[in-house]
Amino acid sequence: MGSERTNLLKFLLFSGSVLVAPVLFSGGYLMNVLVFVGINTMLAVALNLLLGYAGQISLGQAAFFGLGAYISGVATATYGLNPWAAMGCAAAIVGLIAFAIGFPILKLKGHYLAMATLGFGIIVYIAFNETVELTGGPSGLTGIPYFTAGTVQFDSDMKNYYLIWGFALMTILLSVNLVNSRIGRALRAIHDSEVAARVMGVNARLLKVQIFTLSAVISSVAGSLYAHTMTFISPASFGFNFSVELLTMVVIGGLGSVYGSFLGAALLTLLPEFLRTFQDYDIVAYGLLLILMTMYMPGGLVRIPSFVSPILAKIKAGVGKHA
Amino acid sequence: MSHQILQYILSGLSTGAIYSLIGIGFAIIYNSTGIINFAQGEFVMLGGIMTWFFLSVFQLPLIAAMVLAIALSTAVGVLFERLTIRPLRNASPLILVIITIGASILIRGMAMLIWGKDTHSLPMFTGSEPLTVAGATLLPQHLWIFGITLFIIAVNRFYFHHSISGKAMRACSHNRRAAGLVGIDVKRMVLFSFAISSALGSVAGIITAPLTMTSYDVGIMLGLKGFCAAIIGGMSSGIATVVGGLLLGVLESLGAGMVSSGYKDAIAFIILLLILVIRPQGLFKKAETERV
Amino acid sequence: MVKKTADGLILLATLLILSTGTVFAAPPIKIGGLFSVTGPASFLGEPERNTAQMVADQINAAGGIKGRKVELIAYDTQGDATKAVQAATRLVKEGVVAIIGPSTTGDSMAVIPVVERAKIPLISCAAGIKITEPVKPWVFKTAQNDYLAVARIYEDLVQRKMTRVALLTVSDSFGSSGREQLKALASRYKITIVSDDTYGPKDTDMTPQLTKIRSGQAQALICWGTNPGPAIVTRNARQLSLKIPLYMSHGVSSKKFIALAGDASEGIVLPSGRVLVADLLPKSDKQKKSLLAFVQEYQKRFKAEGDHFGGHAWDAMMLLKGAMERGGATPAAIRAQLEKTRNFAGIGGVFNFSPTDHSGLTKDAFVLVQVKGKDWVLVK
Repeated sequence: MGSERTNLLKFLLFSGSVLVAPVLFSGGYLMNVLVFVGINTMLAVALNLLLGYAGQISLGQAAFFGLGAYISGVATATYGLNPWAAMGCAAAIVGLIAFAIGFPILKLKGHYLAMATLGFGIIVYIAFNETVELTGGPSGLTGIPYFTAGTVQFDSDMKNYYLIWGFALMTILLSVNLVNSRIGRALRAIHDSEVAARVMGVNARLLKVQIFTLSAVISSVAGSLYAHTMTFISPASFGFNFSVELLTMVVIGGLGSVYGSFLGAALLTLLPEFLRTFQDYDIVAYGLLLILMTMYMPGGLVRIPSFVSPILAKIKAGVGKHA
Repeated sequence: MSHQILQYILSGLSTGAIYSLIGIGFAIIYNSTGIINFAQGEFVMLGGIMTWFFLSVFQLPLIAAMVLAIALSTAVGVLFERLTIRPLRNASPLILVIITIGASILIRGMAMLIWGKDTHSLPMFTGSEPLTVAGATLLPQHLWIFGITLFIIAVNRFYFHHSISGKAMRACSHNRRAAGLVGIDVKRMVLFSFAISSALGSVAGIITAPLTMTSYDVGIMLGLKGFCAAIIGGMSSGIATVVGGLLLGVLESLGAGMVSSGYKDAIAFIILLLILVIRPQGLFKKAETERV
Repeated sequence: MVKKTADGLILLATLLILSTGTVFAAPPIKIGGLFSVTGPASFLGEPERNTAQMVADQINAAGGIKGRKVELIAYDTQGDATKAVQAATRLVKEGVVAIIGPSTTGDSMAVIPVVERAKIPLISCAAGIKITEPVKPWVFKTAQNDYLAVARIYEDLVQRKMTRVALLTVSDSFGSSGREQLKALASRYKITIVSDDTYGPKDTDMTPQLTKIRSGQAQALICWGTNPGPAIVTRNARQLSLKIPLYMSHGVSSKKFIALAGDASEGIVLPSGRVLVADLLPKSDKQKKSLLAFVQEYQKRFKAEGDHFGGHAWDAMMLLKGAMERGGATPAAIRAQLEKTRNFAGIGGVFNFSPTDHSGLTKDAFVLVQVKGKDWVLVK
């Protein structure tokens, strides 16, 4: 665990890079992809809080993302609510839902928990498809407005980049602080042994539900941001596949590492862009890369420095000897 | 009305039998390795599509095509274990789960490149004239599905309870380290479990393909349903998972016929969630004391 | 060995000369393509991508457009709105003058804001009515509106004096769009929908829904989906000995459907683009020339049946070609010329675009066909 100062330094360094990244990419299509990297970072960090710190698996994370997007979308497109207000409403409703289902669901362990969250995800997905009058059904919901602030409309990739990364940075800051607080230590205790944690006086059940709720609320906000950036949403974006993709981002990035989640999100969002040149083979290449990366970097992308630095040290030592 | 309900139940049972077979495959691997193998559905696809391939492209007789398809699917399963699971014996289950997801994407992608994106049909094993049972109808193929499923369950039971390697595998599922200590080759048992479950998956794919047709992407949904069957059965590799699969099939069918076809999967899942919440240890298991 | 090397050198030299030749020629016209080549809607994206590439190659082989070659840059959307937007943005930045696709209504609605903002004409290959109604300045489409197909079926029902129908539609964007139009048009033809069921795109058994329909009052069943669902429905209906006539959508108007459904498909009626029955059409038919050209070329190149989904891309490419030959290869000129297209006899029908109509087809775009003796025949 780094001290508070190195944590702050890390965060400032990261924010700085986020701030200047558009200088390198502006005008290119990558700007657009980076907007989605921001959204996926929020989602991955949120899932990592649950999975990497509290040790609770979720295969239904896309449902919270979708609920945020749909509540926001319907409230603005159909009922004319202001996007910001809609985002708040969505977060509140999703938070309540998560809190309510959290108690019974988080009683379950291991693969039963996986199954329960998966079931919840599928039920929500079916609801998006079937409530055609409300959601537009499988062909999607159109006419969702952009965010506005005063006279500024967030309708370009550049503006949305800063908007979304603002939220993503807040999510990261919140998570870093959370995991280094007393709550974070309690969470890790639950991860290692729930019974031991309970014996030590941690209210494990409530804490798990709270973290589940927080993770759902962050996902919901990401969903609202997605809806008002795309201005169109359809159920296909919130299915089981996306839940699995999020899980993959977290694991590939590194369990229990906030910045690892960013790396995982960035890699899995950018990868398809680079694989496009493979045409029909891209799906095979994607599967292969996924296997190889998990096999050879089981600690996740975030462990690369610790994997590389001994080698670097060796090289340095070698160079020193010869000199 | 009653023959209508009978029809729903019969339809549900025949779909459910397939979920059971796939579910048992999930359970066998889970018990010997602790991995939820998300590539399980892809073996269902491989069984069906390879049988079609040998049948229509190489013009082999049906039996030969089926045997070849099962053998090749099993080979893919063994290869998968050898190349990815074995080198990572000490990795966490979650890492291994991600690898199985990668493998399912890879296998599906390869199938798409080799056999294309079209749907293909297989001929029924014996005739396509429906049989009438008390006002409800069945196809001869349904009888094949029930028969083969029953046969496989019986063989499975015999293997796990009466053969040395079956007993060794059960020992591994209870405690891998202890099994290793008494001289059981755990590595070999893991390999066996992958071989058996990929063979089971491909059989499920072959016997259903004449009814449901086959294409490179049929594995995803079937795999998911099989996974549910295994979980209702408490990840047992025996009767409990079979009952789980049948239950899921019947619930879906009754839901589609009597409540709402659009929400049929949701109905099935809501009932499953309720079961899980009321009995978190699975439907048929006695509550276990929690291991610290 | 020596000879081989010499051959290789000559080949290399020729290639060099050829490539330097193209350096001096005008740069190619970049046309973007967005097709769901993989994913659940690959049955649309694959033939569309193939066809678009085929037409691009044909144009180039014939000397290009006003001497300039065309270059098709096609990306896969996987039927996912997010990926479609990313790919569309990339195409815009790569400087395409127009975009063909996407294949699905959802993807199309998702990329519309991108092309409207960039002022690049889009010719969608999806059927959803929302795409061109209300009319958006830069958005056109070639796939026939679903209500045109629905109207054909209802007219036939009226003629056969049937008024009560059961619906069984797939719960994806193709099925839900059909379901919406089936419900919307029913009252105009005095048809009552007695039951309204759906099935999932990956479902393997529809006997529960059909059992329910069998016990109801319906005089006909309309099933709306794409392979393999409707083929399973057809076989299940046969198993349950469902006696009422079965209507399908244009989603399965291909020989493939008969192969999948087998004997059970005998007698099934559906509305289809003319491409399915190209060789049965009278010589006077305006589309016949285009249809035969498309079907024969597709067969030759891909050893597969050219279907009307590929036809949507054929129409889109040809409309673009026409617009560029008349106006020029800038987005604004293409848009203006597309809107002026009249009497273009393509695969999907005879197109007449105007400032108030960007879909351009009438219900003549569909004919009714029936399965007889394991082949499609025209219903008179």
